[in-house]
Amino acid sequence: MNELGFPIISLVTFFPIFGALVLMFIDKEAKDTLRGTAMVFAMIEFFISLPIIFAFQSGTADMQFVERYTWVKSAGLSYYIGLDGISLWIFMLTTFLTPICVLCSWTYIQKRVKEFMICLLLLETAMLGALVSLDLILFYIFWELMLIPMYFLIGVWGGDNRIYAAVKFFIYTAAGSVFMLLSIFFLYYLNHKMTGVYTFDLLELYKLNIPVATQFWLCLAFFVSFAIKVPMFPLHTWLPDAHVQAPTAGSVILAGVLLKMGTYGFMRFAIPLFPYASNQFTPVIATLAVVGIIYGALVALIQPDMKKLVAYSSVSHLGYVMLGIFAFNMQGVEGGLYQMLNHGVSTGALFLIVGMLYERRHTRMIKDFGGIAKVMPVFATFFMIMTLSSIAVPGTNGFVGEFMILVGAFRSLPMHAVFATSGAILGALYMLWMYQRVMFQPLDNEKNKVLKDLNVREIVTLLPLAILVFVMGFFPGYFINKMNASCEHFLKTYDQQVAMYKQQVEDSSQAKLAQVMSANQLKSTLSD
Amino acid sequence: MLDFVVPALNLKAILPQLILALTALTVLLVDVFAKEKGKTSLGALSFTGVLFALIALVLSRGSHESAYSGMLMADGFGFFITLIVCIVTILTILASMNYEKICKNIKVGEFYCLMLFAAFGMSFMGNAGNLIMIFVALETMSISIYVLAGFKTDDAKSIESALKYFLLGAFASGFLLFGFALVYGAGGTLDIVKLGKFFTANPDALHHPMVMGGIALMTVGFGFKIAMFPFHMWTPDVYEGAPTVVTGFMATGVKAAAFAALIRVFFVGFAPLQADWTTIMWVGAFLTMTIGNLVAIVQTDIKRMLAYSSIAHAGYLLVGFVVGTDLARSGMLFYLLAYAFANIGALAVISAMGKDGKEYTELSDYSGVGFKYPFLGLMMSVFIFSMAGIPPAAGFMGKFFIFSEAIKSGYIWLAVFGVINSVISLYYYLGVIVRMYFREPDREISIMAPTGTMVAALSIAAFCILQMGIFPSYIWDLARESVKMIM
Repeated sequence: MNELGFPIISLVTFFPIFGALVLMFIDKEAKDTLRGTAMVFAMIEFFISLPIIFAFQSGTADMQFVERYTWVKSAGLSYYIGLDGISLWIFMLTTFLTPICVLCSWTYIQKRVKEFMICLLLLETAMLGALVSLDLILFYIFWELMLIPMYFLIGVWGGDNRIYAAVKFFIYTAAGSVFMLLSIFFLYYLNHKMTGVYTFDLLELYKLNIPVATQFWLCLAFFVSFAIKVPMFPLHTWLPDAHVQAPTAGSVILAGVLLKMGTYGFMRFAIPLFPYASNQFTPVIATLAVVGIIYGALVALIQPDMKKLVAYSSVSHLGYVMLGIFAFNMQGVEGGLYQMLNHGVSTGALFLIVGMLYERRHTRMIKDFGGIAKVMPVFATFFMIMTLSSIAVPGTNGFVGEFMILVGAFRSLPMHAVFATSGAILGALYMLWMYQRVMFQPLDNEKNKVLKDLNVREIVTLLPLAILVFVMGFFPGYFINKMNASCEHFLKTYDQQVAMYKQQVEDSSQAKLAQVMSANQLKSTLSD
Repeated sequence: MLDFVVPALNLKAILPQLILALTALTVLLVDVFAKEKGKTSLGALSFTGVLFALIALVLSRGSHESAYSGMLMADGFGFFITLIVCIVTILTILASMNYEKICKNIKVGEFYCLMLFAAFGMSFMGNAGNLIMIFVALETMSISIYVLAGFKTDDAKSIESALKYFLLGAFASGFLLFGFALVYGAGGTLDIVKLGKFFTANPDALHHPMVMGGIALMTVGFGFKIAMFPFHMWTPDVYEGAPTVVTGFMATGVKAAAFAALIRVFFVGFAPLQADWTTIMWVGAFLTMTIGNLVAIVQTDIKRMLAYSSIAHAGYLLVGFVVGTDLARSGMLFYLLAYAFANIGALAVISAMGKDGKEYTELSDYSGVGFKYPFLGLMMSVFIFSMAGIPPAAGFMGKFFIFSEAIKSGYIWLAVFGVINSVISLYYYLGVIVRMYFREPDREISIMAPTGTMVAALSIAAFCILQMGIFPSYIWDLARESVKMIM
């Protein structure tokens, strides 16, 4: 079976569904029971996922805790799941963030608590499933399944413009992914043509030698699908709408995990499947990433709405992640992976913070606030920590990730790195400026004078994230150590494959050249 | 000299259909003699009858024989179609028991009797081995459905629906029959298997104008029944006007039967001509799904919307037809079953949305329904997501089988248009969810609590959708086996 002799990943992945089923049988008026039950399930889920970290072997790039069963034999589908260093931490981040989402919705969500908690738990299953799937169709199913609960979270519990945001979110993402589906079918067909086997097994398909021209189109379909999810400039327009309209828990999940699905998709699927096309696309992607970094930061700078500001900062941060991955060296890739986690922690926390203010004042406009630090000192401390983490001050987690990405980028894409660095400065500018306008300045709004500081529940919600900011800032080695082998393997195979494809392209062009030459020779001899 | 061969009486080969017909006759008789009170049990009687037919069918699995001088093919393909028909009929009967309480003036006796006769016809269309047999089965089915469509005698829309369907249907039958006649003239036989043999043996007969004309006319006739563009115009009016449970019945049963006959005639009878009809059907598939989806977007009546969506589904099914490999045809069968569950389910939910003869079919009636009636809302969501092809519902697996086969066979553009269409369709499918869950109710609607049978029908449909979506192996293998066993 696997290392633990026990289907641990399946258990962790499907446990939330069990929780959702239990919730269905609780009276919908018993709101505190519902919240409590959801919390208990989310916590149990987190604790049963912890052994995975300790049992994880950091020395190998192989898939671990693998489970594999035939699903539809005749179509080559299998239930094939496993974790490696690339997915491990995002997987853990998901189980870590879900209890926090339940906690932060405790009073924020007052109507239809039952349905809300059920959606949250179903979403958790879908996300975990997408992270562990090693069968392309299984992955696609979880990938699409993520949309349904998120669609409901935005559409039912969102702000005033929620319907527009929810439908836009769903259609945007689904439109991107159907082409990925076709591309998957094509891979399936190519694999059969070359090896005679019908399979959607990702690790088998990695080995496939795809003709360069075909590879371009297949890769494009995957890229568009993942780029929408990331989101990369210019496909990011759904994100601010979705974030602003979503309830706090929705935003936290969206920023913390759903967006990572895009960047994770690049590392797990798009790049290893289509190394040569990825290599050719690198200048485009890296440029778009840098444009995203600067554009996201500039737009964030002028936002009057705090939540929108944080949403645009996501565009900027994920630009870094993409730049890191497409630097294709150890520092860049590991930095990108690390930055995914950082962004989940710090941006997730920032959304929580904005949500807490919104719960008190029912506004998110920066101009409505000012001098809050005087009335809410504890809150101000947390907000400061998260702001510093977001702008990557040394000692916080953000610094490690951003630093590694920039080092990696300087090695392979120096010009891009120069511009990306300016994004770091802009990041400091918009975050600190927001902090200044909200927390300092004279406390002149009467409504703000009576604001209560954080209660115990809210502190408990933020504290784990704040601790994580420093733990990840001071001891990045522990986390990166577990990624090392997989990232090395990722880069090694990438380099090998690119070299192989380049050789192929060269050979074929030389063959063509030789053909043309011999034809010319023939012509000249004939004319003689 | 003509010599008549009296075919052997083979009751085993037609046992399921026989049970359907006998039940129909019993229902008719009981209706005449029973008092008002006894008539409430007619539904239960019909249900039992179909259940027995289903059992007889399941027991006959694996039979592979032609009976009555090749008129009837009791083969795997017919088995699957009869399976779909029986399931559709059972679900419709279960849902109708709620409906007869909402629309009180429905004459239940004739209602169930006609439904059973229609099912009888549909099943024979799937099993017919002879063009005449197809025609007779088609008429048995159609005439029952024409009457059923007009069953709400106090509703002008229902009458209009019946009349429209009847007039246009009669035309279409004419086309079909004329097509058969021309093919008979060219091939000298009406037996589908013999036609196939004849055309294989005489390839030069294939492009004879009579064969070409025959095929063109048959395409019109079948195209009408499956609602293929441009023969789809009747669909929205008929689906909208017919009693809602009947809409579900004809949107799924008739479609399954017509596709079955289409597949058998074209792939068995005219297999060598495949290259010729592919181009026409390619365009037909593309236009059918695109027009269906685009027009569905602007509908304000949910039944009309589902009518256009059913046109779009015919388009997806035609993609399988164009591809034409064994696996593509298995995909069509799988899709037909998945579509049947979702569509009957959705229309059953709509039929449950009523009280005292008043039905709520405006999309705006559905505002806030999801939270007000959680069970109906949840069921409707499952059906809608299945139709939209979102995993893990069966609709996704259906599209998966058809489109993956299309890619495999090189119909890449058709697959691309297919998935673009799925995205377009998301817009109006999501619109229903938006109504049900995201909007607050803007008017007071009161509906009758769904009866136990209705709850059963919806639960069965939803369960099967998830079952087929998550564990598709069993039905998929059954579909593949069925297509392999076509005679």
